[in-house]
Amino acid sequence: MLAKRIIPCLDVKGGRTVKGIHFEGLRDVGDPVNLGRHYAHEGADELVYLDISATREERHTFTALVSRIADGINIPFTVGGGISTIDDAARLLDAGADKISINSAAIRRPELIDEIARRYGSQFVVVAIDARLTDDGLWHATTHGGTVATDRELFSWAREAQDRGAGEILFTSMNHDGTRSGYPCETFARLAATVSIPIIASGGAGSAADIAEVLTTGHADAALAASIFHYGEITIGALKAQLAEQGIAVRR
Amino acid sequence: MIAIIDYKMGNLRSVENALHRLGAEYTVTADHDTIRRADHVLLPGVGNCAEAMANLRAAALPDIIRQLRQPVLGICVGMQVLCRHTEEGNADCLGIFDAHVRRFPDSAEHKVPHVGWNTIANLEKGLFKGMKGGTFVYFVHSYYAGLCPDTVATTRHGLMFSSALKYENFYGTQFHPEKSGDAGETILSNFLSL
Repeated sequence: MLAKRIIPCLDVKGGRTVKGIHFEGLRDVGDPVNLGRHYAHEGADELVYLDISATREERHTFTALVSRIADGINIPFTVGGGISTIDDAARLLDAGADKISINSAAIRRPELIDEIARRYGSQFVVVAIDARLTDDGLWHATTHGGTVATDRELFSWAREAQDRGAGEILFTSMNHDGTRSGYPCETFARLAATVSIPIIASGGAGSAADIAEVLTTGHADAALAASIFHYGEITIGALKAQLAEQGIAVRR
Repeated sequence: MIAIIDYKMGNLRSVENALHRLGAEYTVTADHDTIRRADHVLLPGVGNCAEAMANLRAAALPDIIRQLRQPVLGICVGMQVLCRHTEEGNADCLGIFDAHVRRFPDSAEHKVPHVGWNTIANLEKGLFKGMKGGTFVYFVHSYYAGLCPDTVATTRHGLMFSSALKYENFYGTQFHPEKSGDAGETILSNFLSL
């Protein structure tokens, strides 16, 4: 049986992870390879590295880092942040990334999904959607870290992304992101009914119970989280043990 | 020396990295003599199986591969090209494994592509020496090889399919050992000890 995936997300700036407390036995949590290896050892099923660099110099560092991650880690990893052309995707693929995640660039120019999927396969393309529920009762996809709302509506955009060749959808509710109040599970369930490709739930996890809920009633295939892992509130092993107790299939 | 066959089917970096982590010596090549002389041969592959067959033909590799007598491991599409035929692009393959490759039926419960960690069972020794059924490995695929006499591991995703195949010196895994954590490293080092 296919296991539900638990995916820690690491923010990287200038080649260093920017969050993370000091885990026992792990000297340098700032080193993305070290921290990734630590999570892999704890039982992470995949990793996501998000480049939050602001400058070109920092971005350059990121590609070199992706090569080091590919060399040092024996589970799949996705890279995202600042990918706006097929050349960006090619550069990260060559560096050893298993998947890339695209967001604003796909909204600006949806053909980018077709181009990358056609050349490298759907398995390589994750389309990330940061959506916000607005007063008109619709979920609007946003860009620029959730600050700019677009006229694209979540469900139709997810469907279009799938039809254009996306292999997975990474959905973050901007109404819930950072609140640690749980996920909008009804919206996730509707999204799962709208597309046939896997859905990764992101943004809002405050506890193991929240993650369990989005994987069951929300029908998500995977849960991505950052702070609950980085701040050591729960280990991946403990989370998976709790999920398994509730009958959720996890890899252990 | 291990030969990783380069036939322009996706990135070989992750396979190279996995061998590097195991401390194995390898070369990435399409040269017939280098492939024939290698102790072990790896045939990775990501993408479209019909295109993979076309690329193998363009490099005059089908007969070279069929005649190999050292251990050969096909991974993912590299396993599928060793089967008889694939529905993907309706292409005849190398016909080493007695299996047909078909697309998973669309289903709400069992999504296509089959992405993520799933268990392997009914393991035969060789590749899976020292391993137990129920081990999780990493899959990414939309097409599967059916069960056949060459099946040496099975996985269920709606239906039951061959997650690994073996015929004489030829081995194939539908999953990616190079991305399957410690279990994958065991499988690769088992292959390298054959």
